[in-house]
Amino acid sequence: MTDARDIATEAGMLAPEGTHHPGLPPAGIRRAPEGVDGLTTEHLIINMGPQHPSTHGVLRMIVEMDGEEIVSAEASIGYLHRGIEKLAEHRQYNALGTLMDRGDYVSGIHGELASALAVEKLMEIAIPAKADYLRVLLSEINRIASHLVWFGTFGLDTGAMGQFLYAMRDRENLVDILEGITGARMMFNYVRPGGVLADLPAGMAAKILEFCSGFDKYIEEHHDLLGGNEIFQHRVKGIGAIDRDTALAFGLSGANLRGSGVAFDVRRERPYAAYGEMEFDVPVGSTGDSWDRYMVRMEEMRQSNRMIRQCLEGMPEGDFTAKVPRVLRPPEGEVYAAVESSRGETGIHLVSQGGDTPYRFHYKAPSLYALQALEEILPGHLLADVVMIIGSTDIMLGEIDR
Amino acid sequence: MAIDRFTGEHSIAFIRVEQLFDLARRNSLWYMAFGIACCAIEGLMSASGPRFDFDRMGVFFRASPRQADVMIVAGTVNKKMAETVKTLYDQMPEPKWVVAMGACACTGGPFREYPNVVLGVDQIVPVDVYIPGCPPRPESVQYGFMQLQDKIKKQTEDRLAARRDSH
Ligand code: SF4
Repeated sequence: MTDARDIATEAGMLAPEGTHHPGLPPAGIRRAPEGVDGLTTEHLIINMGPQHPSTHGVLRMIVEMDGEEIVSAEASIGYLHRGIEKLAEHRQYNALGTLMDRGDYVSGIHGELASALAVEKLMEIAIPAKADYLRVLLSEINRIASHLVWFGTFGLDTGAMGQFLYAMRDRENLVDILEGITGARMMFNYVRPGGVLADLPAGMAAKILEFCSGFDKYIEEHHDLLGGNEIFQHRVKGIGAIDRDTALAFGLSGANLRGSGVAFDVRRERPYAAYGEMEFDVPVGSTGDSWDRYMVRMEEMRQSNRMIRQCLEGMPEGDFTAKVPRVLRPPEGEVYAAVESSRGETGIHLVSQGGDTPYRFHYKAPSLYALQALEEILPGHLLADVVMIIGSTDIMLGEIDR
Repeated sequence: MAIDRFTGEHSIAFIRVEQLFDLARRNSLWYMAFGIACCAIEGLMSASGPRFDFDRMGVFFRASPRQADVMIVAGTVNKKMAETVKTLYDQMPEPKWVVAMGACACTGGPFREYPNVVLGVDQIVPVDVYIPGCPPRPESVQYGFMQLQDKIKKQTEDRLAARRDSH
């Protein structure tokens, strides 16, 4: 009597014993193209989204399956297109921040900063040192808050619930701090061309330091809870690997690029605000799999925590905003300004033809590049990995669709 | 049998089946996990997080429209999305309610000048509660849910009163 398994192996449907590692993509599973004994298989198209509990917004993935294995994946975007770039052409320069807040809505400060930097570059406004420090401080606080959202939802994507609650607990404390400084929980409009909206209120520095010392402990707890879980490790290690060349070819940035082993960080390569004076490490991964991206983001949170402390220690005295006219009218010209947001290089390409509104406002969204790379890396994985890989790249549909 | 709130003794409560169902419905408003834009962070994520913990009001998320009672429209609905929102609403079993959360879902919000944006989700599905704000604080969403509970309670009372009058 022949074992069914032997028949399958002979027909090339199963990998030989011992070649399949549980943590690796099942490259061994092969379907016989003409079928076995005249039985043919068909590809199945599965539509994920736009309402799917874990596609991080309104992404629609159209995946073509061969059994459990993905043959091709295509992203359909535009479900959140609301014309941020076009509306910006009808907004005055100091109102651009409000639109950028709603682009990448989990890390609003970075978007505001990018648009403010572009306007300042065009008008050659000198920024007081204190404003630069406040910008870095708020950027880093927002980076931790944004990474915590990623951390919580990434766990949900892999099937864990507990870490979401812990991440939200810490995030609420950060949101309290942000609210204390800027007056809003999410849509800050705090970074303005010329400086920032307000100084730190009394007692806020102590509150931030208290958070920092608590977070030193909490981040290890978070990592133990999720990263120390064996099931989680099996689900992420070796899955969704983006190699160095692919990452560069697709123009990835942020943790997705650093996970693949390229130490590129806008804060380091083209320092803006007060990042030139900050001391921080740029973590990199090696293989570019989901686990590397996870580790890079966790380390980034530790580094952000370190920078928050440095900001508070080195906070200079002086004004928090330069004297700028109420209605900004930059000269004709064209600039590009970029910041390292939580998701990568967020850039603004601003074209002015005089007047008080931009002629063209282009928003370079790092998530869009990561989404394109997904179409390349998803084939060969299992359906259950799709959600997890999307989660590991931390894409934000608000900035993809704009 | 129930413990009487005032005397502490066992007592019997009389309730109409309809009222009993509405009591249950009011206190287990499960919403569909369907975040469209920025408001989803406040209205769905912070809301189910530990600080605001809507779970204690019986408000919790379900991933499928077939199991949900409430649809929170949390974000900007554009013309491409509108069809999906309508389909999801149709897929929800009766009785169902819709909460329009945020300026975008109420009127189109900061994006209403853009031709692609639907000017308020009430153009597609019937809305029960509007929550203003951009984004509304989780407390506002909580208040919105309390309003919805009141509304459900009132609907039953009205219905019963109408029946009484017709007799
Ligand atoms: S109301 Fe404001 S926060 Fe809510 S979806 Fe619209 S723009 Fe975003």
